[in-house]
Amino acid sequence: MSAARTLGEGDLHAYLDGELDAEGRAEVEAWLAGHPDASARLAGYRDHKAGLHALFDGVLDEPLPDSLRRTLAAGTRPAAVSPPGPPAWRRAAAAAVLLAAGGLGGWFGQRALAPETPPAAVTAPAAAFAQRAIGAHVVYAAEVRHPVEVGADEEKHLSAWLSKRLGRPLHAPALTEAGFRLVGGRLLPDGGAPAAQFMYENGDGQRVTVYLRQRFGTGTVAFRFAEHDGRRAFYWIDEPFACALIGDIDRDTLMKLSHLVYNAIENRTAKAGG
Amino acid sequence: MIDTAAMAEQIPALRRYARALLRDASQADDLVQDCLERALSRQHLFRPGTNLRAWLFTIMHNQFVNFAKRRGRAPDVVPLDDEGGHLPGGAVAPDQGGRLRLRDLSRALDALPEEQRAVVLLVGLEDLSYRETAEVLDVPVGTVMSRLARGRERLRRLMEPPEAGSGGEPGLRGVK
Repeated sequence: MSAARTLGEGDLHAYLDGELDAEGRAEVEAWLAGHPDASARLAGYRDHKAGLHALFDGVLDEPLPDSLRRTLAAGTRPAAVSPPGPPAWRRAAAAAVLLAAGGLGGWFGQRALAPETPPAAVTAPAAAFAQRAIGAHVVYAAEVRHPVEVGADEEKHLSAWLSKRLGRPLHAPALTEAGFRLVGGRLLPDGGAPAAQFMYENGDGQRVTVYLRQRFGTGTVAFRFAEHDGRRAFYWIDEPFACALIGDIDRDTLMKLSHLVYNAIENRTAKAGG
Repeated sequence: MIDTAAMAEQIPALRRYARALLRDASQADDLVQDCLERALSRQHLFRPGTNLRAWLFTIMHNQFVNFAKRRGRAPDVVPLDDEGGHLPGGAVAPDQGGRLRLRDLSRALDALPEEQRAVVLLVGLEDLSYRETAEVLDVPVGTVMSRLARGRERLRRLMEPPEAGSGGEPGLRGVK
């Protein structure tokens, strides 16, 4: 983009929708600084965008109707050559659970293996939750100056605040034994519900985030793994939280950290529940 | 063979988009159902490694066009006088609470022309890129951008209190 170019309506929307490169963003920002009317309009468009999510994100957490589940399940074995047994994606999910449970030992194994692999009605919203958790990680873990709203130096306040907003007693899990120190945390919207994000950093400057909110749906989702754009996540839904741990680190380390997070939340819940 | 687990992960977003288009939960799920059935029956046409999300939304969009013809839209369409029109009774002032603002937004969205609403939702709600949206709707990227600008500006005007709505063209437009 040339500096002399005049800006158009399209640039404002492209800016809002993240379609511009750094140079284009800077150009629009400079222009906006001198045009309060356009800034106000941009704020309005941004409000509408947030409003659309407020109106419709609730759908993401609704259980899938049986008809959709059946369609999807049927689609995995359309040909006569399909082997008998559960559909392929369920076998894959079950294998992932076994892998996770094996890697973590007995502490999670029983819980993971006891129920049937949950249906898509439960796993699809959980996967969507993991996507949002990864999205929040991508946005905030890259922040240099403002990675968190409340820093680790105010951990007590952080816990009290997030516990109040999430409606459950909550502490930032300690990950120091794995070499990760707490940076701090923030409050985020997750499909209309409050979510907490805790950020951690190790000596190499690698960051991981823990993302959690009150559980949703009716089923329990045992440990699952997701990977998106190089970010890896383990996530699960149990009482009382849906929780995800996200990082750009190797899977083994992430799993070890997940173990710590899960235990920390379990212990805290057990204590709080009496 | 399509990865049905990956497909399952897109279902919540497909349902959300369908709900936003049709507003009726069961009609919306019928649309998603049609979309899934069609996607599965045509899965040999999907090229692995390409954008599954855009592919599914494309199928859904095409189904919606047929679907809307067949069943008609949900009955809560707000009639409009003209392009610069306001919602009956006027928009609600911001200090009357977010809930009412959302109701206004919902009604304003319904009052958009079909093609503008699709773009506003695909970009603003589903976070599709302009390129993906162009692919889904089978129109040039420039068309996506102009529909988006028109749709959003119309939403904004629909939600303005009537007395403030009589101003001229927005400043930025004149700069071009």
